Parts: sequence; C-alpha cells; structure tokens
Amino acid sequence: MTAPASTQILDLAARFPDVVSTDARPGFSGFIVKKENLVEVATALRDEFGYDLLSTVTGVDYPAENKMEVVYHAFRTIGGPGIVFKTQADRVEPIEVPSLINVWHGADFQERETWDLMGIKFTGHPDLRRILMWEGFEGHPLRKDWKEAFFEEETKPFKSRWPEGNHLYAEFRNPYRDNLNFPSGFDPEQYQPQTEDQLYFSLERSSIKPKDADLKTDSIVVNMGPHHPSTHGVLRVAVELDGETVTSLKPVMGYLHRNHDKIGERNTYLQIMPYTDRLDYFNSMANNFGYAITVEKLMKIPVAERAEYIRVIMAELTRVQNHLIFIGMLLNDLGTLYTPALYAFEERELILDIFEAVAGARMMCNYFRFGGVVRDIPDDVMQKIKDLVHDRLPAKTDEMERFLNENEVLMARLKGMHVLNAEEAVRNSVTGPCLRAAGVPYDLRRADPYSVYDRFDFDVAVRYNGDMYDNYLIRFDEIRQSLRILEQAIKQIPQGPINSQKPQYQVRVPAGEAYGRVESPKGELGYYVVSNGKPNPYRYHVRAPSFINLTALETMCKGNKIADFVALLAMLDIVMGEVDR
Amino acid sequence: MYGKGILKGLSVTLKRFSETYLDDIVWWLRGKKRYYTPEGVAHRSSKNTRGIFTVQYPEEQLITPEEFRYVPFLVYDEGADGKREHRCTSCGICAKVCPPQCIWIVRTNDPNTGKPVPEPKEFYIDMDICMNCGFCAEYCPFDAIIMDHNFDIASYDRNVYNLEKLSKPASYYRQIRPLNYQKNEDERKAKEAAKAAKADASASAAAPAT
Repeated sequence: MTAPASTQILDLAARFPDVVSTDARPGFSGFIVKKENLVEVATALRDEFGYDLLSTVTGVDYPAENKMEVVYHAFRTIGGPGIVFKTQADRVEPIEVPSLINVWHGADFQERETWDLMGIKFTGHPDLRRILMWEGFEGHPLRKDWKEAFFEEETKPFKSRWPEGNHLYAEFRNPYRDNLNFPSGFDPEQYQPQTEDQLYFSLERSSIKPKDADLKTDSIVVNMGPHHPSTHGVLRVAVELDGETVTSLKPVMGYLHRNHDKIGERNTYLQIMPYTDRLDYFNSMANNFGYAITVEKLMKIPVAERAEYIRVIMAELTRVQNHLIFIGMLLNDLGTLYTPALYAFEERELILDIFEAVAGARMMCNYFRFGGVVRDIPDDVMQKIKDLVHDRLPAKTDEMERFLNENEVLMARLKGMHVLNAEEAVRNSVTGPCLRAAGVPYDLRRADPYSVYDRFDFDVAVRYNGDMYDNYLIRFDEIRQSLRILEQAIKQIPQGPINSQKPQYQVRVPAGEAYGRVESPKGELGYYVVSNGKPNPYRYHVRAPSFINLTALETMCKGNKIADFVALLAMLDIVMGEVDR
Repeated sequence: MYGKGILKGLSVTLKRFSETYLDDIVWWLRGKKRYYTPEGVAHRSSKNTRGIFTVQYPEEQLITPEEFRYVPFLVYDEGADGKREHRCTSCGICAKVCPPQCIWIVRTNDPNTGKPVPEPKEFYIDMDICMNCGFCAEYCPFDAIIMDHNFDIASYDRNVYNLEKLSKPASYYRQIRPLNYQKNEDERKAKEAAKAAKADASASAAAPAT
C-alpha cells in the first residue's frame, strides 16, 4: 500500500501578500483572491505549486452581502488534498470575473454553466454562451432571487402539504394551467423566436481549416442528435464537416436539464439523497456515496465501521456493472448490435438483483444515510455477493475478454485511434478511466483516499497509449481491480451497527462549506455544499464527471472522421442525467 | 492467422447458444420445467444461470425481494367488528420528509372539543409524483405507511390515491414483508413490555410512600 503523496500546507497568502487573504468565515477554508489578480494567482498555482487539475468552478450568490463568489477547487494529479480559492465580485450588473480558461481549459464548460445559471460574466472567455438553459431564457435560475414557474415556498416542506393539507395540483394555481412564465413587458405580437446564430458562429470560429486548400470545398454543418441512437440520450452535437473530416464541433446540452442544484437548495439535506440517484442513473450507489461523505464532512460525524465496508462493496459492485455496460454499449455504438451488450446486461442484472434486495430498488437505490446506510445486508444476499465475486464475475469477465479482445475487426477499429494524451486530458479536467488510459495514474481511491479505501490492496489501473483500444481495455482492468477490492471487503467486513447516528429525518448541519469527492465509475464526482445552519443547504453544487469530460470532446474529434465520432463519444462514457442535471 | 480472434469470439457465442438447449434438456430429463415456473425464474436469476436469461413478463415475473419498494400504502389493523383501525396518527412526518412533496394529510378534529384526534381525515398521495424513495415508510414512527410490492399501476388518468385506495390490511403487510412485520411486532411488544414494567416499577415505588 502506498501512502498518499504528502503535501505541506500551502500558504498562498504569504506568497501573494496583498492579493490573497485567508477565508476566515467560520467553517470555511481556502483563500480569497482579488479578482484583478486571479489569473496571475491561478497561473502560479498551476506552474509553481503544481495544481494542474481544475476540479470545479462554481458560483455562490450572497444577496444579503451584495456579492457573488466564484469558488475554484484545484488538485494535483500526483495526489493529495487540493486547494480552494475564491474570488468575489459586487452583485451589481454586470458581474464580472476574469476567465481562467487559458490557465485550465477544463474551466470552459463550467464557466459557461456558472454564467448561465448564476449570471457571472467571465471576461476573456471566448465562447460565453448559455449551456444548460436555452438562448433567450430570461434570468439566471441559481440566483437566490429567481423563482421558478410553480414557485411555492423557499424551502421544503411546503406548508400547503403540511400542516394545511390542501389537495391542490401545482397547475391549478396558475390561471392558464400551464407552465409558463413571461418576462415583464412581453408582447406576443413582437416576439421573434431565438435563432441559434451564436452556436453556429462559435462553431465557425473554432473551425480548423484544412491545410491543403488546392480544392475549394464547402463545409457542411451536421446536427447529431438530440434524437440520435448513439448519443447516449438527448445530447446534441453540432459538427462542422469538411468532406468526412470533423473541422469543428460543439456539444449542445440541457435537453434533460432540471436544475438539480436549485432542487437541492429547496430540499432538506436528507431529501437530496434520492435526487442524487437520478444524476448518473447507472451508478446511484456512487452518487449517494459522494453526497453522504460531503454532508458527513460538514456535520463532522463518523461513519459506522460496518457501514463503511458495505459502502465500499456497493460502490465497487456498481463500478463493475457500469464498466460492463460501457463495454456492451461501446460495441453497440461500433455496430455490433446487441450480442455483447446483452451479455453485459446479464451480469448487470445479477448485480442489480443484489441492489434490489438490499436497497429496495434496482437503479434508484437511495441507500446511504449520513453516518451509515439504511439497512444491513441480509445473510442470503451476502452469500449471493460472495458467489458473484468469487465465482461468477471473474469467469464472466474472462469470457467477455475471450469474446472480444482479440477480434480482428474490433482491433482494426480501436487500435491506434487516438483519444487523448495525458496533457490534453489534464488540461481539459478529464477524470476517470479516460485520464488513466492516457497514462495518468490518478484515482481518488489512491490519490486522496476516502472511506476505507486505504485499507485495501489494489492497483490503480493505468494504460499509456491513450488510444481507443487502451480506453476499452482499461475498463477490464478496473473490473478486475474492483473484484479484488470486493474480495478483501467481503473478507474483512466487521459485525456491528450500520449507522453511527440515530435515524432522523431532520439533520443538524453546522454552518460552513465542504467539498467531497469520490471516484465514480465515470470520473471524479464532487459535491460542493455550503450550509448556513438551516435545515436546507444554502448552496449545493454537483461536479458531474460526464459533463466536464465532455469538454474534451472537441479536442478528441477535431481532424478525425465523422464515422469515428460516435466511438469517441462512447469512450467518454457519458450519462445525460448527469450531464444535464 | 487472421480471423482467429473472430473465431474465438464466435465460439463463446456458440457455447452460450448451446447452453440454453443443454439446460432445457437437463431440466426436461429431471422432469422439471425451466419456464413459467417460480423455480425456473429463481434459477435464471441465480449465479448458476446459463444460456437464455430472459424472464417473459408478464407471464413470468421476477421474484421481488422483501425490501423491494414501490409506492406506499397505509396499514390498518382489523378491529373486532371488522372496523378499520388505521395505524396512522396523522403526525405528518411522512408529509414533511417526502422529497417531492406528494403527500397531503387533512387532520381530524374532534367535533365537540375541537382538539385534534390522532387519525387522518383525508390522506392523499399523488402516485405520479411519488419517486419511490421510501422515506415515508422509513421514518414513520408507527409503521403505518409501508412501501408496496405491486408495481404495475399504469393507468390513463392521474393516480391520486385517497385514504380508501391507500388502505391495506396488516395481513397484507405480513404477507409481502414477513421479516419486517415480525420485527415491527417484536419491537412493539418489547415497548409495551417495557411500558408495563415501568408502570409496575412506578406503582411499586409509589406503594411504600402511600
């Protein structure tokens, strides 16, 4: 077992005395950087201190103090804890903060999201368009003074349900019984539908012109999706083509947007738990895990010993089934209709049977609670987990490898097809198997261990070519490592209580902030929660790995053929529930 | 040799294909039915399953584990004269903890005194909004609201269940969740015993004083 890379506490305030101050609010940590010097400090962090991976960018709205805050979390890919730094701007339009896109390119989509939802303008961002809401949307939904169409109350529980008990549907409150909000002064006669000029301009701007311009060719724009069978849901990608070559590409998302962050801020802490299931609906256990450890950090409560092991077992089982689905669905995208996919689904069914017996639902598990889990694993289910881990899953993984790995057609398609190299991956904040297949052994279970992962003996799966075949094989490696962890966890699991706290539906969370992250099968899943001591979070933000991994899609696809686009997209292993949130 | 990998892969497919029929023959020789029997379904969702995997819904159904949850119902105990005694005391914890806020409860007031009575007058759950998280059942202090196993409830209208439609007898609860039912009964008995013991103790403690 290797210890996580040791890091001395970085005193940024000493390095930049006039520019940086320590965040002294109770429960908060990190540094506050003057926004004029943000780029300078960020560059120093990246180049001098080695914080090469920007994890999150998000905004927090403080209308009472008349300011907006942008929070950044940066980490080192060699491991260890990260650094939090913030910058503040007055809450007077236009709210402007310099963009960090030239320091960390991974800030691209996240800054666009912050602009879209919070209305913070990032000056210097080359393509600051709305990303989750549509062009022409009125307002910025995550601001505290923005109310949705059927707004009832600031926080749940709503008084109409309890104690009043009014039996009334939301749409009956509205005179027209529809879900529409018009901006003030809206005149339907004058209304001009928004066009998507901005998108196509941006597509043209980032276009790479073909070098040998002997033959003058016209480029064409193709919209893949939102209803395309291979975009894994409702992702739309505007692609500019020169012949068959992709010259420019922009993902368009938000078709499944439900403003998970805002829903979270309405809910009490416990009520968010089932909503996290619906982010990455293949891995609800991993989503629960991340949220639970974040709130436990805020509450400063321990987790019951047995529950830690149960959590690890569930998280690793979900990783196995996610990677199996990845392999099956990749083959589907490559045109092998359904045989490998259904072989993968067989094993997944057996794992979901376990989730169903333990948590009560196959996909929407809602199994974790603060301080532990809901219920213990029954003996017969434990036996089934043992059978699967010891007998069935290793054999079936072998069979899957025998079935596919040496297939000449598959190898011809995948080998040597470049996805990302290490530098591109880190620059774009790509995490998860894609990053590790590019040769960066960055796995949170090792780099910044959470829960009881430091007690298990396993290797971080890593491959070095960064081509599609490596991206495909690394999933098998990870399945094997997960099975290794599972074997140890099943052996070591102690008896005892499964929750360190009494079951309670209203938890007390002291004021402060916390950023918790777990290695979800898709990448680094982070939760940023700000509490003000009330029953519901003041700010709740999800760092969705699928969403941020999509930043690299443009880099991956430019210059490649359109036929490879679907396979390259499959490599990122996105889930729209998480991308759009 | 080019094509060796493909042949190797196809041998896996062939193996899987033949296993289905092999298993069928084995089951047939043993005089057992592999399809349309609970035994067959159980085998197909066990770790020993080989070959074809499909469960032919609705003729066959997967065996639901006890903890499976799908939409809540209200438990009533059957009284002496067949009267429904709802366990619900309309305390409102379920309505408060419900994440999508789909529970509405109207409390009962005593017509004479105007004081609240621990029984719901109306109880609505909007099943279209319900996200089957199971919080209401988990945090109910009286085991009055329980998650159901019946999952095929699709209809053409909105599914707003009222008290009448939500109520199911305790015997049904025992049938779908025997272990949980037993646990609840044991807890209740233990609580009553503790209460009685406490009453006894206080009675005996009070006795010498008087």
